[in-house]
Amino acid sequence: MKRVLLFLPLIIVLGLGVVLFAGIGKDTTTLESALIGKPVPSFSLADLHSPGRLISNDVFKGKVQLLNVWGTWCPSCRDEHPDLLRLAKQKGVSIIGLNYKDSRDEALTWLSRLGDPYSTSIYDPKGTLGFDLGVYGAPETFVIDASGVVRYRHVGVVNQKVWEETLLPVINEAKGNG
Amino acid sequence: MLRALLAIGLVIVSTLSLAEVTDVYDFDSPQQEEQFQTMIEELRCPKCQNQNIADSHAPIAKDMRNEAYRMMQGGASRDEVVDALVDRFGEFILYKPAVEKRTFLLWATPVIAVFVGLLAVIGVVIRSRRNARSITELTPDEKARAEEFLADMEQEKRS
Repeated sequence: MKRVLLFLPLIIVLGLGVVLFAGIGKDTTTLESALIGKPVPSFSLADLHSPGRLISNDVFKGKVQLLNVWGTWCPSCRDEHPDLLRLAKQKGVSIIGLNYKDSRDEALTWLSRLGDPYSTSIYDPKGTLGFDLGVYGAPETFVIDASGVVRYRHVGVVNQKVWEETLLPVINEAKGNG
Repeated sequence: MLRALLAIGLVIVSTLSLAEVTDVYDFDSPQQEEQFQTMIEELRCPKCQNQNIADSHAPIAKDMRNEAYRMMQGGASRDEVVDALVDRFGEFILYKPAVEKRTFLLWATPVIAVFVGLLAVIGVVIRSRRNARSITELTPDEKARAEEFLADMEQEKRS
């Protein structure tokens, strides 16, 4: 019995080692959204393209869509832009754009020059909807189901890998249930 | 002379960069200001992690401070403000998570660890005392033999 007890410190150290090792290299900067399973916060914001038109939560009703938070000030948004275009044009994914803390002129110039992947663009210059969504760093991409409930949030660039391994499975699941 | 001036200038410039985040918020009373200050020091910035929203320069931290201030001016209590922010950004932002069933282990682990350590120390002390006693206390038979042995040695020395 005493012999076994002598090994206790070794066992504890090994256990701690395994636990700590598992944490190495883990991405601690991406957080799970607090809104998963909850509806998109209510909002009423202008359309980026036509300032007179107001957009509300109804835009998320009816089908599973992506909500992409972006701004012209955000370099990673530029990085993911071609991927979003490809998803919208080739895969027929409906993406709603949330232009976050940006200026309308710059945003429109960006879209006309680089292409517009968004079926609807919401203009949120003060970042109110972004704040209610818990956006802490653009780009962020939300999967919203057909009843307007947040299913998933991806923080960072959407690329081929993220689309195939992360977003597509969530979308398929949302389609199955919704 | 020029060097001295330069040194003084550098010192002044370096203190400027150390200046804290200064947003100007007006409060009705010093207590309210203190309450606000304490609250934003206990909330973690989601963007620049390991900084509280009081110290962070991130735009999101500023938005959070503004919202907290706006709600407090509207008469919201500390808990209401914190809950509103947690609803948006998750419990991650709490430096002091609520004590409940789910977070019980988180809070209790230090106490449990200290308790287990104390038990171990007590165990070691009791055992060593018991061993010490069992060594010093000889049975009458052993005592007799030991005395005999010592007496023999004395005799040998004298002879």
